[in-house]
Amino acid sequence: MSRSRNNSAVGPIDWPIIGVWIFFVIFGWMTIYSAAYDAAHPMPFDFAKEYGKQMMWIAISILLAILTLYIEGDFFAKFAWVIYGFFLMLLVLVLIIGKEVNGAKAWFGVGSFGIQPSEFSKIGVGLVLAKYIASIGGGQLKSMQSRMVTAAIIGMPAGLILLQPDVGSLLTFVAFVFVMYREGLSGNVLIVGFAAILFGVLSIVTGAGTADIPFWGEQSGVWMLIIVLVTLALFVLVYARNFIPPRNRRRMYLIVIIGTIAASSFSYSVSYIVDNILEKHHKERIYVMLSLPVERKDADYNAEMAKITVGMGGVMGKGWLDGPMTQNNYVPEQWTDFIFSAVAEEWGFLGSFILIGAYVFLIIRLMFIADRQRSVFSRVYGYCVACIFFMHFLINIGMVIGLAPIIGIPLPFFSYGGSSLMAFTLLLFIMVRLDSERWSVLK
Amino acid sequence: MEGRRYTLIVIVMTIAVIYLLRIFGLQVVSQYWKDRGTALTEKEVVVYPSRGVIYDRNLRVLVTSQTVYDLMVLPKDVLPFDTTTFCNITSLTIEELRSILKKAVTYPNVRYKPSAVIKQMKPEEYAPIAGELYRFKGFYAQARTLRVYPEKAGALLLGDVGEVTKSLMEKFPEYKKGDYIGLSGIEKSYENELRGQRGIKYVFRDNLGVERQVANGSLDVKAIEGTHVVSSIDIDLQKYGEKLMQNKRGCVVAIEPKTGEILALVSSPTFDPNLLLGRARGTNFLALSRDKQKPLFNRATQAQYRPGSIFKIAQSLTALQLGAITKETRIPCNRALIGCHGSHSMDDLEMAIVHSCNPYFRGVMQRVVEGGRNPKNRFKDAQIGLGLWRTQIMKFGFGTNLSTDIPGVKKGLVPSPEYYDRAYGKESWNFSTIYSISIGEGEMLVTPIQMCNLACVVANRGYYYSPHTVKKVGLNGAPRPEFAQRNDVGINPEYFDVVISAMEKVVGPGGTANGAKLQDIVICGKTGTVQNEPRKDHSVFVCFAPKDDPKIALAVYVENCGFGGTWAAPIASLMIEQYLNDAIKNVEREKHILEQNFLNQ
Repeated sequence: MSRSRNNSAVGPIDWPIIGVWIFFVIFGWMTIYSAAYDAAHPMPFDFAKEYGKQMMWIAISILLAILTLYIEGDFFAKFAWVIYGFFLMLLVLVLIIGKEVNGAKAWFGVGSFGIQPSEFSKIGVGLVLAKYIASIGGGQLKSMQSRMVTAAIIGMPAGLILLQPDVGSLLTFVAFVFVMYREGLSGNVLIVGFAAILFGVLSIVTGAGTADIPFWGEQSGVWMLIIVLVTLALFVLVYARNFIPPRNRRRMYLIVIIGTIAASSFSYSVSYIVDNILEKHHKERIYVMLSLPVERKDADYNAEMAKITVGMGGVMGKGWLDGPMTQNNYVPEQWTDFIFSAVAEEWGFLGSFILIGAYVFLIIRLMFIADRQRSVFSRVYGYCVACIFFMHFLINIGMVIGLAPIIGIPLPFFSYGGSSLMAFTLLLFIMVRLDSERWSVLK
Repeated sequence: MEGRRYTLIVIVMTIAVIYLLRIFGLQVVSQYWKDRGTALTEKEVVVYPSRGVIYDRNLRVLVTSQTVYDLMVLPKDVLPFDTTTFCNITSLTIEELRSILKKAVTYPNVRYKPSAVIKQMKPEEYAPIAGELYRFKGFYAQARTLRVYPEKAGALLLGDVGEVTKSLMEKFPEYKKGDYIGLSGIEKSYENELRGQRGIKYVFRDNLGVERQVANGSLDVKAIEGTHVVSSIDIDLQKYGEKLMQNKRGCVVAIEPKTGEILALVSSPTFDPNLLLGRARGTNFLALSRDKQKPLFNRATQAQYRPGSIFKIAQSLTALQLGAITKETRIPCNRALIGCHGSHSMDDLEMAIVHSCNPYFRGVMQRVVEGGRNPKNRFKDAQIGLGLWRTQIMKFGFGTNLSTDIPGVKKGLVPSPEYYDRAYGKESWNFSTIYSISIGEGEMLVTPIQMCNLACVVANRGYYYSPHTVKKVGLNGAPRPEFAQRNDVGINPEYFDVVISAMEKVVGPGGTANGAKLQDIVICGKTGTVQNEPRKDHSVFVCFAPKDDPKIALAVYVENCGFGGTWAAPIASLMIEQYLNDAIKNVEREKHILEQNFLNQ
């Protein structure tokens, strides 16, 4: 408190967060240097190489961070809609004049550099979501109207990103579901979500094979799953009724019947979409993740190389600049989405543990900071930041270690790239600034 | 809603724990991923030893190795590149480049396995590419060695080297795909000595082919260089023989009688062994194997001719040893029984050899075969007689594999009693059925190297060493032990006097090979004219020289050109002059031979 009085521009800053941010940026740059290392260009400032460019992005990000700390927290709340609108406009613009990279119109090209507006748009969504929820009162996300409004706030940029199409960035928007849950959305959402993932995986696994069903012949394996589900449901209906008090039976019948129908039709739809609607390479990625057989010989090349690279690390790692898989470029563009594999190889389980620990610390620290806010706006925004980092962490590292399909999204502060580093830095430092004002501001 | 923060924290922690367990499994528990990574990044690079050099008897290099370069591509590393420049420096067309690159990513090739773009570039072809290669990511060069023949001679004798085929790999499992192996000639028979021993280098290797040592090379196994081989060939003589035989079908075999070392082994028509090198090998090999003159057929060791009159030398010695005749025996030249030539009527052995009297040798053979060893049955008598004759003839190396170090040597044929039993039926043949073999016609078949070996036996008066092409294995080594083994033919040395004296007269005034005479060197020889109906006769000559201290024995076959004294004998004489005097005085004789062309007869 005394500090905030002494320094009117910047209140008490949460140094643990700043510390972990510095750790990420330095460790991240070192890993980029190692992954992109080229004996012909050993200088860290060589702009021909990724590590030279990343140096520049880091410098810009530090400037942005300092700048952000000097902006009144009030500004973000007041201009939330403007910021949101600005990035929404960029998302529209990128569809028109954007540069197509890897089949997605997600970039504004500026010379040899590119800016990816979808990374920045999350800031806008976070601010507006915070402002809206603050306006209806925290923890009150229960009325149909409020749900529709939040869905629209998230849905507009998400829809524009789907048009690019950039499935990876789209998936990170799931982060906001966690925020909504924190602010009063029914917990069933999470249960349904979990059940959807479970049945989705089951239907893809069974759908990859065929089953010989009596009186019907050879059919997609997903039918076997549906038959098992229905049989289980009948079993429950006949026998489980005895354990339920009569007044609750009607409710139980309803849940079982609707649940079975929903699960069956969902499973069939997923299987149908995977087989008939998804593009071949998407289907292959999902199959690779689930260890299902893939036709094309090297469809699983990236996934395999990433797992090998992680596996090579052992307990202590091969040492910085000494990972044989990393130094010999077996993982394509390792400095972007697969950067974690370089950490795992060169720093071993120890390094992986520290890095994952650092992310968990960052995410939980952000939730803790969010919860100590006196303003709903700051709290909701804090959860947005934490959950966005969590989604990136979840998908990116899961992809590298073969627990998630290959979806190209960056690891916050670690992956090479100016847009993501700047966007994540802004996202984080807005929260640091809001937090520093927690004693003086009440919104 | 406060409690919900804990749900979120639990979710985050759960995910982190699952991920850490998974990473722990990948990194610490499982050996599988480490093994795969090690297999990918640590390569066992086979270090090919340099193959031994083949020298001639005067230590001139006959076959040596040369470095060539394969241009390789690793598709996964290829970035978009300037195809026009690439095509310019490699002199490929755009279409060729496209199809090569397409093949490089078509199964069984995959993006992360290297394929060859251009194979076996000579250093001068590779030099302009080497400097530009850094501009094309994913392309790199790989060095290999190729055999070269600086003297451009002795193609079939020296043999060639090629990649192992599937069937060879099944036979010799120590060879792996891409290894080279001697396919013919000295390269094949001395493969084990020449090839050396492969070494292994352990390296970290990235996709660009950049390598780093593993453990400072302490695990590496050094390659052992192939052993050099000193051949017995006199390359000047070999080249001179090839020159004399130009535009002729046939062969020349020259052996040093005292050692059995082959001095020259000419099979004509021949070709430049360098034709079977490098990228042109395929097309050139096909062209050579389709050539009607059969340049790939080694006439010196694989052609089986009827020996003709030169066989009379062996016949004389055999009959003397079996006691069927003495050197004084005279037999009338009865031309009603068998044709003859020249004017003579009642020769003794020496003059019969000089005149090549056919009725005389028919009579000699009759005495050998009808020895009266079974007076009651002349069929059985012939059977015993022929058996005795054959045993002795085979001691000269006829009808058997001369145990040479030349691959694919043929045996020839010395008909046995069983052979005639099969042909005519048991006890259904006697001397009058088989008499043509008495003058080296009929069923008899010999190879030129066997005939030259006969000349060696006569020169040595009764023994020979198996003809061989390698004098020393290793620069200070010895020949293979079997070539130091003396083979006695079981003929009393004094019986050779009359034969040698007759052979001297053959190359003298009035002899059939008078035209082969040399001023300063006494040649002992015997001409032959092998019937070859309906085409023209083969001209044949065997000889050795000098008479008193034989240093060279020769057999010359010239196909379809006529009388033995006219063509084969002068060629042999010129070869002797070249070998013993190192200069040709009989320029007219040489010119006459070089001008002849019998290829189309």
